[in-house]
Formats: sequence, structure tokens, C-alpha cells
Amino acid sequence: MTVHSPKKRRRISKKLLGLSALAVILVAVATYVYLGSRSSPKQHLIVSTTTSLYETGLLDVLKVEFEKRYPMINVSFISQGTGLAMQTAMRGDADMILVHDAARELKFLQDGYGVNRKIVAYNFFVLVGPKEDPAKVKGLPPIEALRKIKESGEKNLALWVSRGDDSGTHAKEQSMWKTAGLDAANLRKTPWYLEAGSTMTATLKMAEEKGAYTLSDIGTYLVNLSNKNIKLEVAVESGKDMLNVYSAIANNPKKIEVARSNFDASTIFIKFLASEEGQAIFEMFGKTKFGKSLFIPYIRTLRSGSNPEVVKWVQELAYFDGTECPAQYRYQSEGLY
Amino acid sequence: MLGTILDAIQQALILILSGDQEVLAVTLRSISTSVLATSLSCIWGLPIAITMGLFSFRGKNLIRSLFNALLGIPTVALGLILYLLFSKSGPLGIFQLLYTPLGISIGQSVLITPILVSFASSAVESTDVEIKDLARTLGASDIQTGSIVIREALWGITLAVIASFNRAFAELGIAMMIGGNIRYVTRVLTTSIALETARGEIAFSIALAIILMAIVFAITGAINLLRKD
Amino acid sequence: MAHNIRAEGLEKVYADTKALDGVTLDIEGGKILALVGLNGSGKTTFMRIIAGLEEPTRGSVLVDKGKMQSHELRKVATLIFQRTATFSTSVFDNVAFGLRIRGITKDQIERKVSEELASVGLASFQKRKAKRLSGGEQQRLALARAFAINPDLLLLDEPTANLDPASAIAIENIIRTIREDERRTVVLSTHNLHQARRLADKIAHIHYGRILEVANPDQFFMNPSNEITRKFVSGELQF
Repeated sequence: MTVHSPKKRRRISKKLLGLSALAVILVAVATYVYLGSRSSPKQHLIVSTTTSLYETGLLDVLKVEFEKRYPMINVSFISQGTGLAMQTAMRGDADMILVHDAARELKFLQDGYGVNRKIVAYNFFVLVGPKEDPAKVKGLPPIEALRKIKESGEKNLALWVSRGDDSGTHAKEQSMWKTAGLDAANLRKTPWYLEAGSTMTATLKMAEEKGAYTLSDIGTYLVNLSNKNIKLEVAVESGKDMLNVYSAIANNPKKIEVARSNFDASTIFIKFLASEEGQAIFEMFGKTKFGKSLFIPYIRTLRSGSNPEVVKWVQELAYFDGTECPAQYRYQSEGLY
Repeated sequence: MLGTILDAIQQALILILSGDQEVLAVTLRSISTSVLATSLSCIWGLPIAITMGLFSFRGKNLIRSLFNALLGIPTVALGLILYLLFSKSGPLGIFQLLYTPLGISIGQSVLITPILVSFASSAVESTDVEIKDLARTLGASDIQTGSIVIREALWGITLAVIASFNRAFAELGIAMMIGGNIRYVTRVLTTSIALETARGEIAFSIALAIILMAIVFAITGAINLLRKD
Repeated sequence: MAHNIRAEGLEKVYADTKALDGVTLDIEGGKILALVGLNGSGKTTFMRIIAGLEEPTRGSVLVDKGKMQSHELRKVATLIFQRTATFSTSVFDNVAFGLRIRGITKDQIERKVSEELASVGLASFQKRKAKRLSGGEQQRLALARAFAINPDLLLLDEPTANLDPASAIAIENIIRTIREDERRTVVLSTHNLHQARRLADKIAHIHYGRILEVANPDQFFMNPSNEITRKFVSGELQF
């Protein structure tokens, strides 16, 4: 049914609006297509990783430098807790993982999902708390500090916030409670032990609000401290029990068929992280802003021999059968080890 | 407390006016994914809505109840279901929709189609029965009657489309689960706000939120101006 | 030439009510028939069936001795509703609607619309939004809209029921001109007996879905044969 009318004035303005709406839609679609096509190199590598790496901004730097070196690969990072990151990789939705939980990493390898594990960096967790230090744990060894926090908590003097999710940080915290001889399952029922169930930043903010103690990775803690999000202070740092080791593992192309096509890209990326260039990025990150590296390059430390004690700790904590990656979990790994 | 908020707003305005490239890209991506989502919904939703509005048929009430129920679906739940569907090891894995803007658009479209269908079919249905009778008594065929009813309901249908767009534009769950919030690829306004808030970057979050709401108000305002025409 | 209409044994049942209970009525071509009766007596239902907007449960409608189905009736008849319906467009577009769906050319449409609007006194209203017109103006618009498609049978359902006296007179004048024309057959339902007397060639009394009396105006008012009709005319009829 055609519409012709002598009322030109009103028709025109309605037509105009209709046309401009159409124009807006076309522009939007064109922009979308343009934005989409702007980055379409040959390979898309998807790395699922921990929130602590993601939130500090390290990955942005890694991405930029890596893509400069290898412009044919586009690397994307998905930030999830360590557990979820592994599941995503098992489903083939990510091509490799970058995580910090040795026990679960071993299982990942043993179940056949991963190959070519490479330890790339380490740092230390910190136990942070309110300035007043109500539990009087400043400077104590970590396990003892936890025990004292529990005692103070039972006397209503102190509070503890736990990550409460499936992150590597949470796994570390739980193993520390275990080493201290305490049953985490029971602790959860007490009023002084709070569970955040959220990201590290959110957990830190909750600890700040409640004046509680919590375990954090150094990177997220320093970033939030400098943003003035929190005023918590470090009560306990360093020591073998606070060691935090980051490793990269590629999907096993033999087991996870859908990830087969990106195995080469995964290998290139892992090699990059282990290379002089990659290790330098880890070392430089945060140095200017915080005066220290947030992530200490492991391979550099290993090669230079500058800190044999920490290397020993890493090997005790995160090596399997005396190696970062036992032979049966290696695949086309020339040049990696 | 108030000082912090005002401070943040001030920083936010500076950020917006400085024309940050990444913010611009994120905004455009938000708009284009939601426009595409709305367009997809119109393609498969409007015919259903118009059919429901114009005709009665067996099972109509069942379908209507179904769409009304889907109106209330939480985006995270839908996001999870779609995530499992789009996953490489899921049934739709070969289309490789996960972590892509197209995947977000399709996901959002699934989310907003019940809204579009419910509101648009209501608009058509509530067109005066008299209009149908009037068209018929002036000799219109069924098709001609149908099209005049649709024309009378056009305003209501437009509102339904706008409401659907706003829902897609402002939602987080699907964009996050299906898109993955990957920088330069699938990061949109809502996921950026979530990320920056999680990072403690309050000023940046507020800036993004202001942009988001400004766009929603602008669209709604423009439509209302059209109405007065 | 004008067509004769015959309703034969029309019945209409809705759920549990019988709106029409066997209506047989002859409507002479070129004349005006007024249909009177209490509210709810079936006037509107009858009009809608003749107009082809509803199907009777039983019975048929014949035009010049030939039976017509609803969709055929809609081509020759048009109904003007008690409460005017308008499209949300301009006055011009409202009148043009019937012409456009018949594929009339643009120039012819412009001419015809202007002509019909002038005949009802709305010549200068072309560009106005139809919904903004007053009640009386909208009814005149409805008439122009109906005339534009040149129906053989024009049905008016209580056309002045909701109008002020001045508008009612205007509408009645227009109806008078149709009568003089003698080309169309008109059925007019009303509960205003005086109006029926003024305008109709014949009056039919419908009561609870049945035709009780059909007569010319003088006879209908002076000497109705049906007792109930007599009571109705004298105003004595209770529900």
C-alpha cells in the first residue's frame, strides 16, 4: 500500500527521522564490522588466567609486547579464578592457562589436559591487616600468625576475610590453615572468619571495611594501596610459606581436540614468557611505580643464581618429581627445557 | 564520602571530554553489539508478535505465558546456559561464537526477544478492535486490515524495540559470560564498569556509567520528541 | 441502481445470549429504513451482520434475491459506528483509505477526497489529525469516508446518539441529501423516535431480537398493530 500525501511538511520530517535512524543503524553496523575486522590476524590465542594477574595490568603489557614480536597472533586473556580457568581450558574454550596452584596444575597434567608446563614467575603472598594490628602478628612467621589470628578471633579481637572462591590464592590460604593444624571447614562456621566469595580487590576492600586480616598476592595489594582503595598494612611477608608460583601450561592437543589448531601459538607464547624478553617484562612491571617487581622472573633468577634459597623453595613447592614438567607431560617441547 | 563521589564525577567529565580512544571504541562496541542484537530480535520476534497480536489460534495463551515467563530470566542464568551452548565442546561450538562480539549479540538477542514479543504483541492487540472493524467495513482485505492495524500500533511497537535495545545495552551477565570482557575485542561499557569497579578505579567506572546512561537517555529522549511530531 | 436487501431468519447467539431470534426483514432499495428499539434489543448486532462484519448463527442476507456471504457484503455495504472510529492519521488519509485499498490513482483520490469532505462541510480540515476533531466533526468525517467508497448499502448505527444538537442536525441534513438521491439503500438505527419519524421511509421495531412491527412513519406512530410497539411508541415500555 503506497502512501502519497499532499501534506509534505509533516511527511518530510518523519521521513527524515526515519532515514536518520536507519543511517545510525548502518553506521553502527559498519563500525561493528570495522572494529571486528581491524584485528583479524591469522591466529587467535586465548589464555585463561587468574584474576590476580589480570587485575594488576601485567597482562596488558605482555599482550602488547608479544603482539609486537608476533603480529600474526592475537592473544586474549580471560580472567577467572584458577579453577574456572582450568575448566575453560578443559572445554577447549581457552588454549592455555596461566595459573598459580601447583597441586591443581599437577592434576591438570595427570588427567592429560595439559602439556609443557613452564614456571615463569613468582612472588610472595602478603598477610595484611589493620594498622592497629589487634592480633599482634606483625613480623611473625606466617603459620604462627594465622594461629594467633584464630586465637584473637575467638576472643573477638580480630577478624579474618577469606577469598572463599576457587582461586589459587584461596587454595594457598586453605593449605596454610592446614599446615597450622586447623580445619578450614570448621573455621568457616565461626563468626570471626568471613568469606568474600569474590575477587582479590573485593576481598581486600572487605577486609578494609571490617578492619580484618586477609591473605593477598603482592601485586593486587600494592595496586590497591596506591589507588588509595585500602589502608591495610603488611603484617607478614616472605618466607617459604608465602611463596606464590606462576606457571603456564598448554592444552594437550591430543586430548582436547578443539584446541589442536592453536597449539603452535600456545607454544610460541610460552616460549616468549620464558625468553629473555618475556622475563624482562615480568621484572620491569611495577618497578617504577612501586619500587619493586610485582612478579619476579623465575627463569632469570634460576639462570643468574642470584637467589638460590628462593629457587630451592620453588622447587620444593612447585616441582613434580624433581622437574617443573615430567617427561611424560611434554609434547613437541624442543627448546622449552 | 560525598567528596569522593563529586571528585569522581569531576574526573569522569574530564575523561569523557578528552575523547579517550579506548573509551570511544568500547562505547561504539556496546552500541553496535546491542543494535545488532535488537535487529536480530526484530527479525525473528516481530513476525511472532504481529501474528500474536492479530490472530487468535490454539495455543496462543500458552505461547504468551511462555514469553511472559521468559521476561524474568536472570541474565547470569541465561548467560551460563548460552555459555555451555557456545563452548567449543558444546553443541554450537563449531560456530565459534564464544568470546566474540557476534556471540554477545546473539546472546543478548535471546535475552531481549521475550521483551520485544511481549510488548509488541500487546501493542498490536490493544489497538482498538474498532480499527479492525473500520478497515473491514471500508472493504479492506485481511492483509490490508492487518497492515493498517500494524500501522496504528507502530508507536507501541517502536517503544517495544527501544525497550529491548535498552535492555541489551545495559545488561552485564551475557556480555561478561559470552564475551569474556577481552580488551579490544569484546569489552563493552557494562563489562568495563564491572572490571574497573573490581579494580577499584571508581572515577573511571563512574565515567563509563555516565556515558552509558547518557546514551540511554538520549535515545529515549529522541523517541519522545518523535512522538510530539 | 438501488439494491433491495432482505434479511431472512437471522439468528445470532453469543455464549448464552440470543441477540437475534429469527429476524426477517425487507429493506427497499433507494429508501431509508429506520430500526428502532430498546437498548440491547439487537439493533447493533443486526447492523453488523448486514454489513458483513459478523456471521449469523443461522439465516442469510440476500441482495437483490441473491444470497451474499459476509466478505461479499463488505464490498457493497459499509457501517458507520455509533462511536466513531478513526485512523490515527489525517482527515485526508482517513477518507483516502478506502480509495487507496481499491487502487485508485493519486489524482483521482485527491479529487474525490476533496469532493466528499466538501459535501460534509469539512473541506478545510484535510490536513488535521482526525483524532483531534470534535465528536460531530468525526461523524461527518465517517460519512465522507463512507461516501468516498460509494457503497450500495449504507448502515448508520445510532449516528447522532453521542452528539450535541447542532452536530446532530448537521448529520441529519446530510442523511436527507442521501434520501433525495435515491441511489443508495440506507438503514438507520436510532432510539430517537422523532429522528426516525423525520428521516425514514419505513420504520421497523426490534424487540429482544425479533421484529415486531414494520410500517411507514405515520402508521407506526399513529396506529401500530403490535401491542408492545404501541407501548414503546408511547413511552410506556418498561424493561
